[in-house]
Amino acid sequence: MSITKKFMYLNRKSSYGTVYAIESLEVVLIAAAFDQDVSLAFIDDGVFQIVNGQNTDGIGMKNFSKTFHALGDYDINKLYVSKESLDERGLNEDDIMPLVYEDEDDDWAEKPSVKVVSNAELSLIMSEQDVCLSF
Amino acid sequence: MKFSIQINEGPYQHQASDTAYQFAKAAIEKGHEIFRVFFYHDGVNNASNFTVPPQDDRNVVKLWAELKQSDGSDIDKVVCVAAALRRGMLDESEAGKNSIEGHNIHPSFRISGLGQLIEAGIQSDRLVVFGD
Repeated sequence: MSITKKFMYLNRKSSYGTVYAIESLEVVLIAAAFDQDVSLAFIDDGVFQIVNGQNTDGIGMKNFSKTFHALGDYDINKLYVSKESLDERGLNEDDIMPLVYEDEDDDWAEKPSVKVVSNAELSLIMSEQDVCLSF
Repeated sequence: MKFSIQINEGPYQHQASDTAYQFAKAAIEKGHEIFRVFFYHDGVNNASNFTVPPQDDRNVVKLWAELKQSDGSDIDKVVCVAAALRRGMLDESEAGKNSIEGHNIHPSFRISGLGQLIEAGIQSDRLVVFGD
């Protein structure tokens, strides 16, 4: 398949209260096989999906937060986090998992995948997409 | 224009499927093509052949089953396999594989993988998502 489009996955809900987060991640991982230009956005309660130190021991559900660390290996390295959504929830950049990827164009240097952006910047990035999938 | 539709919510509980249906119907009436309708999350329940709404209400499953392209051909309606199986939605083949008696996917829908959603995004002019 030769067409390359810009796909953005909008994650708007927290990880375990509803099924949206994990089923969104399942789409992202499958989509990686299609060689598209992929980015993820975390807005509203979606920012909770990538906070550090998640522990699901008490709720009997699978802790899938570790899967986000694998995204770099799938060439998915554009993860945008809404600054306003973090602020509204009393979170900051230090609360977010330190997700990285290896840049093949820069001698495989390890670089951060996560970028905190304002909603205004995010809306600009969204407007450049071909396909926005909202979860 | 070539549209694809993603439906993320089940019937009756949520208006998403109804709205998506009205959108698809209107698009077809205007001469557009529906490349694919993809059912994800609880949206897989829109394909249940066991749905029996009261007689004075709309039958959402049947509405989707009977919707056609403007030239009368069928619309490709795909139910995500992983989402369907974990919610007890099985076609005959999946029921057999999992040694379960009975199956409930309406014959006008088909079970397939998430790749079908990505392909719909690539091949269509617009992918429209309906849900919360």
